Amino acid sequence: MNLNHIIRAVGLAALVALPFAAPPYILHLVIQILIWAFIYTAWSLMGRFGFVSFGHGAFLGVGAYVPALLWNYYGVTPWIGIPLSVMAAAALAIVVGYPCFRRRVLGHYFALVTLALSQVVLLSLVAARDITGGSLGFTPKAVGHSWYALQFPEKGYFYVIAVVLWLAGLLVWRMIDRGIGREALEAISEDEDAASSIGIDVMRQKMRVTIISAALTAVGGAIYGQYVMYLNPETVSGIAVSLQIVFAAIAGGVYSLLGPSVGSLLTLSLTEGLRVWFGTDYIGAANTIYGILLVLCIIFMPQGIVGSLQGMRRRSTIAKPLVTANRQSATREPSSAAP
Amino acid sequence: MDIYLLEAIINGVLLGGVLALLALGLNLIFGVIDVVWICYADIVMCGMYAIFFLYAQYHLPLPLAFLIAIIGVAGLGVLVHLLIIAPVLNSAPINQLLATGGLLFFLQSFATLLFGTDFRNIGVRLPVLEIATMYVSFARLIAFAVALIGAIALYVFLKRTYIGTAIRAIAQDREIVGLMGVDQRRVYLVVSAIGGALAGLAACLLALQYDVHPYIGNTFGPVIFMICVLGGLGNMIGGFIAAFVISQIIAIGGYYSSTELSYVFAFTFFIVLMFIRPRGLFAP
Repeated sequence: MNLNHIIRAVGLAALVALPFAAPPYILHLVIQILIWAFIYTAWSLMGRFGFVSFGHGAFLGVGAYVPALLWNYYGVTPWIGIPLSVMAAAALAIVVGYPCFRRRVLGHYFALVTLALSQVVLLSLVAARDITGGSLGFTPKAVGHSWYALQFPEKGYFYVIAVVLWLAGLLVWRMIDRGIGREALEAISEDEDAASSIGIDVMRQKMRVTIISAALTAVGGAIYGQYVMYLNPETVSGIAVSLQIVFAAIAGGVYSLLGPSVGSLLTLSLTEGLRVWFGTDYIGAANTIYGILLVLCIIFMPQGIVGSLQGMRRRSTIAKPLVTANRQSATREPSSAAP
Repeated sequence: MDIYLLEAIINGVLLGGVLALLALGLNLIFGVIDVVWICYADIVMCGMYAIFFLYAQYHLPLPLAFLIAIIGVAGLGVLVHLLIIAPVLNSAPINQLLATGGLLFFLQSFATLLFGTDFRNIGVRLPVLEIATMYVSFARLIAFAVALIGAIALYVFLKRTYIGTAIRAIAQDREIVGLMGVDQRRVYLVVSAIGGALAGLAACLLALQYDVHPYIGNTFGPVIFMICVLGGLGNMIGGFIAAFVISQIIAIGGYYSSTELSYVFAFTFFIVLMFIRPRGLFAP
C-alpha cells in the first residue's frame, strides 16, 4: 500500500510539472494520450463485462462532429454543443443498445451489429459531404483564444482539460467498480437467466453502463475535436478507430483502473515513436510493427499488459481471458487497488 | 419498369455473386473452426496484389497468374491458421477476433509499406455488353458465373468427398468427431486452405473490376461480415442468399441516392433485421 501511495504521488507530481518542463511536442503527445486514455477507459466500462462493442467509433464520431457543425453553421458555443452531442450519442446508444439487449444479440453478433453501427455513422458523414466536407474533413472555425468557443492555441489549457477529463474518467470507472452494479453486471455476463432469477434488473444494468460508456466516449470525441481542430470521418468513426479503441483498451487490460490508460500510453507512444523513427520514407512501417506487436500481445498476454503484470505480482496462476463470458470472473477481487 | 432501375437490379445480382463467394469462405471457416477471420477481405487484397504483379509487372499469362494467386492465397490461409489461429484456438472468442484484427492492421500497413498507397489496375479491359439498351459489365457477368460455379464445386466437395463429410461433421459436433477417427487438425488446415482459395478466386474476379490498393479490404470487408451474420454465422446457404439481398439493397439504393447512402441503407437494414431475427434470417 505504501509503495502505491508513493507511486501515485510521484505520478501526480509529474503531471503537474509536465506543462512547465516539457517541450510543446511532448506536451501535444501527452494531451493526446490523456484524451484517448479517457476514451479507452470509457470503452472498458462495457468491455470488462463482456459487451465488446465495435461501435464506439459511432459515438466518437457523433461526439466530435455535432459540436463542430453547430459551431460553424449556427455559431452555437461548444458549451451547449457538447452536451447536445452527448445526448445524441446516448440516444444512439439507447436506440441500438435497447433492442440488442432485449433480443439477446450477444457475443460475435453484438460485436458485428455495433461494427455496422460505426460504419453507418462513418458513411453518413461521408455521404453528407455538402455539410460535413465528406472525406476531405471538416475544420471548425478558429477564433483564437476563447473560452466561449473552447479554443486555446496555447497547449497548456488543453493539457489541464485533458488531465481533468482523464481523472474524471478514472473516477467513473472506480465508482462502477466499487458499486453494487458491478456485481450485478458480472453476474449478467456469466448467465443472464440466473442473474435475472435472483432479482437483478438485467436490462437496466446493461443500459446504464452502455449509456455511460457512450456518453463519455462522445465527450472524449468532442474534446479531441476541439483540440486538434480538424475532423475526418476516417479518424473519428468507422471500423478503423473502433478497432483501435478495442485494441488499446484490451492491450492495456480492461480489468484494472489504469489498464486502458496504459494501453493508450503504450500504443500512442509506440506508433508515434515508430513514425518518428521511420520518418516519411517508409510509410506503413510503423503500423506494420504495431500490427505484429498486437497479434503477439494477444497470443502471449491475453490479460493485457497491466493484467499480466498484476498476475506476476500476485503470483496468481489462474489464466483469465481478456474479456470473460465464463465463470472465472466472479471470484475476482476488485482489481482497481493493485497499481 | 424504368430501364435504369432494371440495369441497377441486374448489376446488383452480378455483384451479389462475388459477395456470395466471399461469404461462403468466411462461413465455412466460422462453421468449422468457430473463428471469425476479420481480416478476410485483406487476404483478398493480398491475392489482388499477387495478380497485379504477376500479370502487369512480370507479364505472365492471365490464367497462370490467376492460378498462382489462388494457390498462393490458399497457402496464406494455411499460414494464418498455423501462426495466428492455432495458438488462440482455446481462448475467448473475442481474443480470436482481435488476433485476426491485428493481422488486418498488419496486412494493410505491410501492403502500404511494400506497394505505397497508389491505386493499381491490372489493365485488362473487358467489353461492356449492351443487352436491350441496358449496359452490363462483362467482367461482372464472368464474376457472377465463376462465383456460382465455385459455390457449386464447394457444395459437391462437401457432399461427395470423405474430407468434405468430415468437415460437415465437425461443423455439427466438434466434440464427437475425434472419436470417429477424424483428425481435427488436418480438417482445420484443409478448411483454412479452402477458405484461402475462395478468397483467391474472389481476388481474381475483383481484380478484373476494381483497382487494388492497401485499404480495399475496408470497403467490402464489413459488408461480408454483415452478409454472414444476416444469413446466420456458419450457415452457408443462408449467407449465399443474404449476399443477394444485401447486394440488391446496395444496387437499388445506389440508383436512388449515392453509393455511400446505399451502404448506409444496407447497414441499417442489417441492424434492424438483427433485432427482428437475432440469429440471422434463416435461423430455425
